[in-house]
Amino acid sequence: MSCAAPEGGASTSGVNLAREAVVEGVVLRSGQPVHGAYVRLLDAGGEFTAEVTTSESGGFRLFTRPATWTLRVLAPGSAVAEATVEARQGETASVQIALPTAG
Amino acid sequence: MSDRRARAEALVDAEWVQAHLTDPTVVLVEVDEDTSAYDKGHLPGAVRLDWRSDLQDPVRRDFVDRAAFERLLSARGIGNDHTVVLYGGNNNWFAAYAYWYFRVYGHADVRLLDGGRKRWELDSRELVVDVPERPPTTYLASGPDLSIRAFRADVLAAIGSATLVDVRSPDEYAGRLLAPAHLPQEQSQRPGHVPTAINVPWSKAANDDGTFKSDAELRALYESAGADLDRDTIAYCRIGERSAHTWFVLHELLGLPNVRNYDGSWTEYGSLVGVPVQLGDDAGGAEGGAG
Repeated sequence: MSCAAPEGGASTSGVNLAREAVVEGVVLRSGQPVHGAYVRLLDAGGEFTAEVTTSESGGFRLFTRPATWTLRVLAPGSAVAEATVEARQGETASVQIALPTAG
Repeated sequence: MSDRRARAEALVDAEWVQAHLTDPTVVLVEVDEDTSAYDKGHLPGAVRLDWRSDLQDPVRRDFVDRAAFERLLSARGIGNDHTVVLYGGNNNWFAAYAYWYFRVYGHADVRLLDGGRKRWELDSRELVVDVPERPPTTYLASGPDLSIRAFRADVLAAIGSATLVDVRSPDEYAGRLLAPAHLPQEQSQRPGHVPTAINVPWSKAANDDGTFKSDAELRALYESAGADLDRDTIAYCRIGERSAHTWFVLHELLGLPNVRNYDGSWTEYGSLVGVPVQLGDDAGGAEGGAG
């Protein structure tokens, strides 16, 4: 019944990963993990598909479908950062997103 | 028909909340399912409602009933005369759900914090871990007001005749995903949407920071999507919280009468035996199909 996003994204525990197209990543600023950043998943049309906040280690996880996705990151004190990622069935795509540093 | 409210009576911004942090007539209420969010930090003075353990019946799939709602609010120290300001994570999805719920049970003055937790955090405003002590009240609810709640029979009757708004993402609407992508996709219900429902994702009503768009932008959004809002309208999503967000837009911000939230939503409809389902990006005809 859950529809809320736990910090960092839902666990893979008990999930049949062969049936999922997982996108994982970490958000960094000056090489350091950013906790509490908002990571938004956008489809090919730019439409919102999900959003999670990053964990204490800057991590996030999304359960997508095979497609090219855009990730858009909002964090206090930073400009918006974006990255694209290709998700494939039964695989976990990993992406690092660096937030621009101030100044 | 339930009464209509003006935008200023239904929605407050962070400045307003900041100015009323010590106002004894105002109670801030954080609504989340991930209760660790409240434990790590919440707005000063805010109490917590757990979307699941506080607001759902522990046995059957339904709300808590009126008596349980009265006990809950009494224990939290919320009185009938308080101005209740709700906010939460997930772009206020669950806060909007709770708002709708407070209206079902007739709370007079309930408002939503525009942008919820996200806007507050992005502004780097103060969060605290102290849990406030509020003296218990004797809360008296009314209702339930079923003029703002739709059930599955209402949705079936609405196919091809009333306005059905599916507020999930385009991929969920088309049946390419079964849940928002922060959740595993293996789900028991069938994919797709209710035939003749149009797709206006909840997110189009909000800015990236979670605040609502202007009334003029919101009107244009639903008009350009072809929604006939002069007809009876039912909003649905997967479990009824994103559609509570859209119900809030249509009924509370735009002041449209006859808008209901179908909280059974796709987890119920997509599990029903023998009902029409439409796949693909088109709304489809009343009998549904593969698109």
